[in-house]
Amino acid sequence: MSIAEILDTMSYGPAPESDKEARAWIKTLGGETKLFIGGAWKKAKTGESFETTAPGSGEVLVRIAQAGAADVDTAVKAAAKAQPAWAALPGHQRARYLYALARLIQRHSRLFSVVETLDNGKPIRETRDIDIPLVARHFYHHAGWAQLMDGELADREALGVCGQIIPWNFPLLMLAWKIAPAIALGNTVVLKPAEYTSLTALLFAEMCQKAGLPEGVVNIITGDGATGEEIVKHPGIAKIAFTGSTEVGRRIREATAGTGKSLTLELGGKSPFIVFDDADLDAAVEGVVDAIWFNQGQVCCAGSRLLVQESIHDRFIAKLKARMETLRVGDPLDKVIDIGAIVHPVQLERIRSLVEAGVKEGATLHQPKAGVPGKGCFYPPTLLTGVHPASTVSRVEIFGPVLVATTFRTPSEAVELANNTEYGLAASIWSETLSLALDIAPKLKCGVVWVNGTNMFDAGVGFGGYKESGFGREGGREGLSAYSRPKWLAKAKAIVEKPAAQATGDVLSTGFVDRTAKFYVGGKQARPDGGYSRAIVSPSGALVGEVGEGNRKDIRNAVEAARKATSWSTASEHNRAQILYYIAENLDARAGEFADRLAAMTGQRRHDTMREVSASVSRLFSYGAWADKYEGAVHKPPMRGVALAMNEPVGTLGIICPEEPGLLGFVSTFAPAIALGNRVVVVPSASQALAATDFYQVLETSDVPDGVVNIVTGDRDALALDLAKHEEVDGIWYFGTAATAGAIEKASSGNLKQVWTEQVQRDWFDARQGEGREFLARATQVKNIWVPYGE
Amino acid sequence: MGASEAVIEGVSALRAATKARNSGPHPSNPGVSFSMDPVEAVRVNLSAAERRVASLAGRRTVKKEWQAAWLVRAIECIDLTTLSGDDTEGRVRRLCAKARQPLREDLQEALGLANRRITTGAICVYHRFVATAVDALKGSGIPVAAVSTGFPAGLSPFETRLKEIEASVADGAAEIDIVITREHVLRGNWQALYDEVKAFKKACGPAHMKAILATGDLQTLRNVSRASWVAMMAGSDFIKTSTGKEGINATLPVTLIMLRAIRDYREMTGHVVGYKPAGGISTAKDAMAYLALMKEELGNDWLQPNLFRFGASSLLADIERQLEHYVTGRYAAFSHHAMA
Repeated sequence: MSIAEILDTMSYGPAPESDKEARAWIKTLGGETKLFIGGAWKKAKTGESFETTAPGSGEVLVRIAQAGAADVDTAVKAAAKAQPAWAALPGHQRARYLYALARLIQRHSRLFSVVETLDNGKPIRETRDIDIPLVARHFYHHAGWAQLMDGELADREALGVCGQIIPWNFPLLMLAWKIAPAIALGNTVVLKPAEYTSLTALLFAEMCQKAGLPEGVVNIITGDGATGEEIVKHPGIAKIAFTGSTEVGRRIREATAGTGKSLTLELGGKSPFIVFDDADLDAAVEGVVDAIWFNQGQVCCAGSRLLVQESIHDRFIAKLKARMETLRVGDPLDKVIDIGAIVHPVQLERIRSLVEAGVKEGATLHQPKAGVPGKGCFYPPTLLTGVHPASTVSRVEIFGPVLVATTFRTPSEAVELANNTEYGLAASIWSETLSLALDIAPKLKCGVVWVNGTNMFDAGVGFGGYKESGFGREGGREGLSAYSRPKWLAKAKAIVEKPAAQATGDVLSTGFVDRTAKFYVGGKQARPDGGYSRAIVSPSGALVGEVGEGNRKDIRNAVEAARKATSWSTASEHNRAQILYYIAENLDARAGEFADRLAAMTGQRRHDTMREVSASVSRLFSYGAWADKYEGAVHKPPMRGVALAMNEPVGTLGIICPEEPGLLGFVSTFAPAIALGNRVVVVPSASQALAATDFYQVLETSDVPDGVVNIVTGDRDALALDLAKHEEVDGIWYFGTAATAGAIEKASSGNLKQVWTEQVQRDWFDARQGEGREFLARATQVKNIWVPYGE
Repeated sequence: MGASEAVIEGVSALRAATKARNSGPHPSNPGVSFSMDPVEAVRVNLSAAERRVASLAGRRTVKKEWQAAWLVRAIECIDLTTLSGDDTEGRVRRLCAKARQPLREDLQEALGLANRRITTGAICVYHRFVATAVDALKGSGIPVAAVSTGFPAGLSPFETRLKEIEASVADGAAEIDIVITREHVLRGNWQALYDEVKAFKKACGPAHMKAILATGDLQTLRNVSRASWVAMMAGSDFIKTSTGKEGINATLPVTLIMLRAIRDYREMTGHVVGYKPAGGISTAKDAMAYLALMKEELGNDWLQPNLFRFGASSLLADIERQLEHYVTGRYAAFSHHAMA
């Protein structure tokens, strides 16, 4: 086009980023890639490989090695061999390696950007301005944690070998989110990139070599889902970290159940984008662009559900439609495009069919006039209006550039609509009224909330979901617990459950009025649904008493009562603290009675059972103390603003107490949970259940609101499973044997509840093991609320 | 020939000249009656505005012949300006000569634009030099803009300010750049601001009026947006950021907010208002960023001198050098281009 003609049209021309260096690098791979294991490049033992293509053009870039079970095994062994020495290095030494990786990524940033864009199809603007800088920042930030670990995490240590499986939407960034915290804390890793996008992971492996990273600390193996499965089931792996779809996450939850592997999952989302009538509408329109047309909408936390206040709906949609006309879709390597290529034809087809379904269900389709390039894997920015909460496109994660819009009338309706999803990853709130935005943010059930912004990420700010968007956090201090554990755990012995004592006599009691121990549900004493009782027998065979035999209906009733006690979760911390102290006060007043009961059930000397009661009183004091002190953090991401890391209760927790000590184990588990605002259904020790049923009289006299603590006695393992299968239970704690732990973990996959199973003996009398931050962290999930500000 | 005839001739010459090279609307803003509604409805989020302009820098760029064409367009949108205490008639005549031929002839030819009439958008001077500039630009069709109303502070007596406008119009200024009383904005006296700008507009007669908001003095984007609305309701043909004398002059976030106000005002009233950033825009790269923002927020109509001007003095020199680089592949020396 001549300059004169351009002057008449004032069009944008092409502005291609050169891919010369990237292609030269791909050429060095020799047509088929190798696996990076133990610091060396190895051919896949399967001898198999598959093509990886450039979505922008459809051309084949190179063949990727398909790692099999033998390759995974070699990689895990290499990682296991390297791990002790890596963890034993002083933090400063590990920090130097992470620092080197950060610097190497910066020095080769353009090569990483172009390779990523070629392989994934996302615009070069995004890889260059967003992905790669965030990757470097992640290594910098975690170099810092390596440096500080010895002081800041003095009581914790690495887990061992971590198996990490990452998605194709942010290939190198997800690698950084996985590898940086893992190796910073002394773990070694076996990482598998997604089959569509393996290249930058291989380039990263070259950087590990350049940095002189000890052999085996980072192992990169490529392959498809089958390779991932091999990693998940490998016995040499201590922890699995997965980012990807909820469907696969659920399968991984089931596959790792009972193996003792720790697990973090960062899964799907259907995140709301809420626009109030007092928002800066033009800013919110740009927010939508960043929410759903960033990375072609292939973002787990994409703001894909637009909720607009009815009074501004028409105006907002008109502005949005006008803005859609200026979006440019095309060659990802062109610097003047907003939307690149969809990662793979399979994904494109899924988007197409979901949009068709949405239109069939009555949605109105809007796409800009410009269309998309004829060649390559493209889908236009799409808006579906008139969508109802029940329609497929409102509920299913589309993972494409498709926004569905609906209206709300009031702030509370906005919250209801926002939470009406199985997901809980992120949300975006647009309002110029801070009091409104900060009122809404805590009410949204999700791990990240952006106020007047969207899709902001930083290494120092935790990211992760509520509900079926997964569990665990990546980034910030809150992300470190996923890659470390308390040091005492390694030396702890496994729990061995004793066979239940057999009654040698059948005389219940003499000299007392007969007492019936019931369940405690919704603040009332309740008889067992089944109408059966079970005996509590002392080790010597004496019949001490009888408690109710709970069943799944009793669990159902208890869960319902717990769910209703919502005001406890929003009660002030001071209020909760007072009640915990009051419980302690009332327990202390009846200390002798409890000590006698424990002595009768356990055959211990009264001196020892008194000690247990005193410890229980002290523990209640501890959590009364903690209730108003387990505060969140104010993160400082690199922007003008703050990210508020708030510790929020998990919700309704099912707690299966340790078998012993009967009273202290009961108090030590329910107290931290309620101190931080959870409502609990507690299944106490089976052999010492009377300690818990006696306790409800203490609760009744301590102003504990109805439904906050519910107690059901019976077969612990059976009731645990009932709780694990109940989808209104948000989390479950189980202290017991491996077999039941596995069954709970497997059953929990239905709603991906947060599961904490522990199969080792804790010294509950030792405050380091029996109380404190570990319990408080399990009782909460961190929500990060980003608040950029400025006038 | 009377004063107003001189202006009408100036304006129609401008229209004839721009018609030859541009299409698209001219500013036409009779204003509307005062209302607090749009002023009170203003919602502006600074961080979001900053993110928008920061991200746009990575999303839009022009290369090669597109860049050359856009640079030529930037030249055509410059209000070539001298506003110094030491201005003289000679200095103004030199500037006018540069406005007639802003680009070296050999470069123009090499760009394939030999037969195209390329001039700056206007010349911008103090009242004292309006007559000189009108004379120097005779026959060129280039309009003369006068800064007015007690520029830059705008605190002279009201009647004096009105008379200053009338005097410049009488001398042949086709465009009047007025300054608003910042106190009205800072104290929230919106009716007073409206009345003042409306009176200025009346005094301008047929001349186009650009309202300088002095956004650096207004400080907040909220103030900028509110003042933009009031200035437009009162009939401003252009809204302009700065005198060039404030601590902070034109910026991209301020521009974004003013453009959105222009867009919403047109949506509400159907009236078209132009935009002029001024002060501190001195590199070709800066100019490209502004053009891209205009195109994205308001569309191609605002990439014409009838609706878009740069208030700049040193920008032209950098653009010339960039164009020479496009033509020759060598980085150019300032001394190879005629100074203004």
